[in-house]
Amino acid sequence: MSMTTAIGRVDRTDDAQRKTAAGQRPGPSGQAAATGTAGPLRLETHRLSRAVAGKTLLDSVSVRISPGEITAVVGPSGAGKSTFLRLLNRLDEPTGGSVLLNGQDYRSVPPRMLRRRLGMVMQMAYLFPGTVAANIAFGPKQRGETMTADQIAALLTRVGLPGYQGRDVGTLSGGEAQRVSFARTLANAPEGLLLDEPTSALDEASVRGVEELLQGIVAERRITCVIVTHNRPQAARIARHTMVLEAGRLAAFGPTDEVLHAG
Amino acid sequence: MLADLLHRISGEVAMGLAQAGGAIALCLAVIAVCRRFTVRVEREAAVSLARGLVQMVAVGIVLALLLRGSLLVGLLILLGMTFAAAVTAARRARAVRGALLISFWSIAAGSGVVIGAMIAMRTLDTRIAMLVPVGSMIIANSMNSCAQAAERFRADVTAHIGQVEAGLALGADPAVAVSPYVRSAVYASLLPRLDMLKSLGLVWIPGVMAGMMVSGASPIYAGIYQFILVAMILTASGISGLVVTLLLRTRAFSPAAQLTLRGDAAAAAGALSAR
Repeated sequence: MSMTTAIGRVDRTDDAQRKTAAGQRPGPSGQAAATGTAGPLRLETHRLSRAVAGKTLLDSVSVRISPGEITAVVGPSGAGKSTFLRLLNRLDEPTGGSVLLNGQDYRSVPPRMLRRRLGMVMQMAYLFPGTVAANIAFGPKQRGETMTADQIAALLTRVGLPGYQGRDVGTLSGGEAQRVSFARTLANAPEGLLLDEPTSALDEASVRGVEELLQGIVAERRITCVIVTHNRPQAARIARHTMVLEAGRLAAFGPTDEVLHAG
Repeated sequence: MLADLLHRISGEVAMGLAQAGGAIALCLAVIAVCRRFTVRVEREAAVSLARGLVQMVAVGIVLALLLRGSLLVGLLILLGMTFAAAVTAARRARAVRGALLISFWSIAAGSGVVIGAMIAMRTLDTRIAMLVPVGSMIIANSMNSCAQAAERFRADVTAHIGQVEAGLALGADPAVAVSPYVRSAVYASLLPRLDMLKSLGLVWIPGVMAGMMVSGASPIYAGIYQFILVAMILTASGISGLVVTLLLRTRAFSPAAQLTLRGDAAAAAGALSAR
């Protein structure tokens, strides 16, 4: 492995972010809410592996994700990038190793709670039929919570879609749908954010808009963020750290400029 | 008894087989037309026709032999039919582990409740000559409902894997994540039976009513009895469709709420997710 050793490296958090969040994380409305935890989520993988039908998809990957920052996962097709992300969200089961959330093995966290804490935005928006507002309120509703109209409106304004709450999702453009998907995940007030090539189906203008939104939200809320991208320039634009996967193995991990220049 | 059976074979049965030959010829003509439109069902249709004929002749022989059997014999015959129906319905859900058992319990639940209720309400005679044919109608409809619900649920879930996983990723319970597909599967399985009930007497006069009238029953009573039978078929179908869908739903997810019911292409799940 080149660059910084994955395990044991010093995690850095931007001072400006610390000042902005001050140990607090916004709730569904976009307003600050106490998290009960000290600082952003610490996310680590320990020898994380997955094999299906004898084929190794991810091979013993150990990394410590920088808390409260964006980490990019890059690599060629079939490298195991999406497998890595799905394992973090436990949509698939590891066949070896584990994931630690603030030092706790994630198998000890109920899957529904885990997925609320580690929100995931997929490559496609996969909105549920109905209105934008119903989609935004979906996550909190699963816990018996009701979002007010003001909370939904504030969240939509934050993702650049003011007044969209009554719109039917079928009328949205690709970029708008992805922003709604993003807002829907944020409505759960996640501590971590996992994004699987969220801009791959968007035009260039929409890509930049989503990138700016992501950077802004991560900075505001001090969310620990992992984004899978096949787009190295995108990783260079938004991620402080980057990990490179090749054939299911961790090939490099470190500050983005060092990793990408070395590649 | 056997001598009587053999005597019947010589006359009525020979004529029946000739008539069946005519029916098969008509089916083959339709299959040939389908082939012109590149709808290839020759093999499946041939097997189905052959199986149908052999099975019905076998049932006729068994009924002729057991006509004076006890209620227990009748119930054992229905149990055998339920198992055979489960084997057929399970083919629609081959991707699911334990599909045979799921189908069996679904069909048994639907038809068992209804046949039991009909016997309790004295709308179904416990003589084999009545119990088995009416029971088989109910079992057959439960089987169709079970197969339709299973197929629809599997198809809908595998076509909406992204949406189901989006729900899971938002912290939804698996039951919530697939709830639209449970609804559509149960509804799809009931639709043919609902249409059957609506068109009763207007589009078709079912066999039981016709048979009762031929044997001298009052046409009004025959009509009412036929309605009861179709309503019971709808009930049995509803129970079977619901039970099979709910059982499939539990098998569609791992204990860690991961979607395990995937299409053939996605079955090699790793390959898909190894981007």
